[in-house]
Amino acid sequence: MTLTVLAPGPLTTVQDLGRPGRAAEGIGRSGACDRASAALANRLVGNPVGAAVLEVTAGGLLVRADAGVWVALTGARCTGTPYASPTWVPAGSTLRLGTPVSGLRSYLAVRGGIAVDPVLGSRSTDLLSGLGPAPLAAGDVLPVGTAGPWPGVDVAAVAEPTAGELVVAVRPGPRADWFADDVHRTLATTSWSVTGDSNRVGLRLAGPELARQRDGELASEGMVRGALQVPPSGQPVLFLADHPVTGGYPVIGYVADADVDCCAQLAPGQTVRFRR
Amino acid sequence: MRVLPSGDAAVLAELADLDEVLALHAALDAPPAGVLDVVPAARTVLVSFDPAAVPGDAVVRWVQAARPVAGARPEAGELEVPVVYDGEDLADVAAALGCSPAEVVARHTGTVWTVAFCGFAPGFGYATAADGDWAIPRRSTPRTRVPAGSVALAGEFSSVYPRESPGGWQLVGRTDLAMFDVDRDPAALLRPGVRVRFRDAG
Repeated sequence: MTLTVLAPGPLTTVQDLGRPGRAAEGIGRSGACDRASAALANRLVGNPVGAAVLEVTAGGLLVRADAGVWVALTGARCTGTPYASPTWVPAGSTLRLGTPVSGLRSYLAVRGGIAVDPVLGSRSTDLLSGLGPAPLAAGDVLPVGTAGPWPGVDVAAVAEPTAGELVVAVRPGPRADWFADDVHRTLATTSWSVTGDSNRVGLRLAGPELARQRDGELASEGMVRGALQVPPSGQPVLFLADHPVTGGYPVIGYVADADVDCCAQLAPGQTVRFRR
Repeated sequence: MRVLPSGDAAVLAELADLDEVLALHAALDAPPAGVLDVVPAARTVLVSFDPAAVPGDAVVRWVQAARPVAGARPEAGELEVPVVYDGEDLADVAAALGCSPAEVVARHTGTVWTVAFCGFAPGFGYATAADGDWAIPRRSTPRTRVPAGSVALAGEFSSVYPRESPGGWQLVGRTDLAMFDVDRDPAALLRPGVRVRFRDAG
């Protein structure tokens, strides 16, 4: 069983739960940017949560099923594609993902999982380090694995990504004391714009400058997704799945881990607020 | 040691110097279930975990209960790296150390280097020397392309570029060892705790 990619859209990658446990080697975790949506897509077709899915950024994917297969789409709902429900794609027919109605990243699970060769224990594409399979290109033929038992569900009740402003909880970061109280207030009261430079590494946010209250360099230190790092420009970066393992700019705060998935659905031009 | 908050999926231990980092990393060799990564850096050790599998305060207690022994190093094995010492910056390094190029080679091969942490790229390990006063300035202009296998020095550290990349370290030689190989597990030869001996391969 294979899927043939007829058009990849702006960016489609293979993703699973990533490569945890190798950060000390300088290898980041990577994996699906919106883990909850990827896990739900897998559950809807009876896959283990660690099966590889397609992460489709801003829609546009067109694939052909070379044999009949069950699929499920979660994350950003796309026009013209069934959502959060197991869907049969007959042999030789195509599945097209339109433009997202809201959100940015859709997850397409295929019953059996995308079975490309794993690299260091994961099928995830890490766009920062270049590990894992290349982003999909037209003409790629993707092997599909064997399936487990069927789930007893027709459709999942799921909250779709917001098209408006997102509000997420923020926790103290290790270098909170590099910033004065009024800067923390600014962080918490600003409607931050997601810029077009954002990607799987992180969201680059635009708003008032978050100025440090101390000089000097910070030795690079480890971090995880959700970190709000403040470079010298004062414009924060919210790190997502392909973030660097270590960074040398102060982390003022962390988005609550449970809220990072929602941040991965923010499209350029949307706004986000950080609630203390 | 100060334990700093890092959201609800990680904690960051901050230490006085690299020796304390290495000693703490060595003492954190048996993580509880739910801990995903222990990541040493120059002054810190990050511990990341799955908050659904282990509560954050249990991870903090585990870190605080560690009993680092001064001088202790993580046990990660030994590695011999054969080097052809024909690097473009060998003369500059000799000038920085106030000795001859041959003496640089003698000093570089004559001491044991221990990888303290990785950074910059997968498998790029920062190793420190057991002996000698190594304080090597970075190149004033980084190279846009450093070949894989380049043996390099900067600050108190030595490393080997695991793959072709830009870089600002001083190049003293090259090795044919595959420093990073995704078909090998572990993929990186230079991992925290690995003790490295560089050998002059002529």
